[in-house]
Amino acid sequence: MLVLESPSDILRQFCHGDLGAFEALFRQHQRQVYGWIVRIVRDPAAAEDVTIETFWRIHRAHARFDPDRSFEAWARRIATNAALDHLRTVRRDAPLPDHLASPSVPNPGVSEEVRQKTARAFRRLPPKLQVAATLALIEEQPYQEIAGALGISVGAVKLRVFRSLRLLRKELKRQGIEP
Amino acid sequence: MNRTMHQPEQKRIEQLLKRSLPPAGGQTSAELRRDLWPAMLKRLDRHPTSVPWFDWALLATLAALLAFFPGAIPVLLYHL
Repeated sequence: MLVLESPSDILRQFCHGDLGAFEALFRQHQRQVYGWIVRIVRDPAAAEDVTIETFWRIHRAHARFDPDRSFEAWARRIATNAALDHLRTVRRDAPLPDHLASPSVPNPGVSEEVRQKTARAFRRLPPKLQVAATLALIEEQPYQEIAGALGISVGAVKLRVFRSLRLLRKELKRQGIEP
Repeated sequence: MNRTMHQPEQKRIEQLLKRSLPPAGGQTSAELRRDLWPAMLKRLDRHPTSVPWFDWALLATLAALLAFFPGAIPVLLYHL
């Protein structure tokens, strides 16, 4: 059984490679980390694998963690990188998981064909642009948080979002859709 | 292709995107349904934390040094 007094104790023990402290951090943060990853990869099964990969990276990097800094922010950054690596390996024209492919409430004014073409075009974006656009436009996360997770400035996030919209417009026009 | 994009056009693409791809964060699938710790433990068992390569290199250098200069062993033991 874990007998650790405070969060700072856990972080310090984690830095020294203590498995009990790592387990405590894992149990405390797995839901938030998974929740962040599923926003990016948009596939619950893949998000579980990426969550494991994230904590594996966290475990390997324990000696580099500064216990005076935020574990959440550090974990989120590692999670974002792991999710990006996952997106790089996924076929871009692979279909979306059913529950994400079909909105629970039908959207008026958007035909199924347009919706599918838009989703496909979006998945063809370079992963770095896709992540920024997903978090900013679809998930509506604050730019400051996205910047922290990606390790770039807010301005760079805005630029990536803008570039993704421009590429999306180009791809949609190529498919005969006039936004 | 016109590389510039006007604000209304940008907004229209944003709206189209939002209507085509629902946010994953608001769905029940965004909630973790099981404890992942058992899977994590399996991963840890499969890949035990390896000793960094430079530690092995340092050990090899030391072993080679002691093999070529055995007289250094007592000196090393004295300083340990």
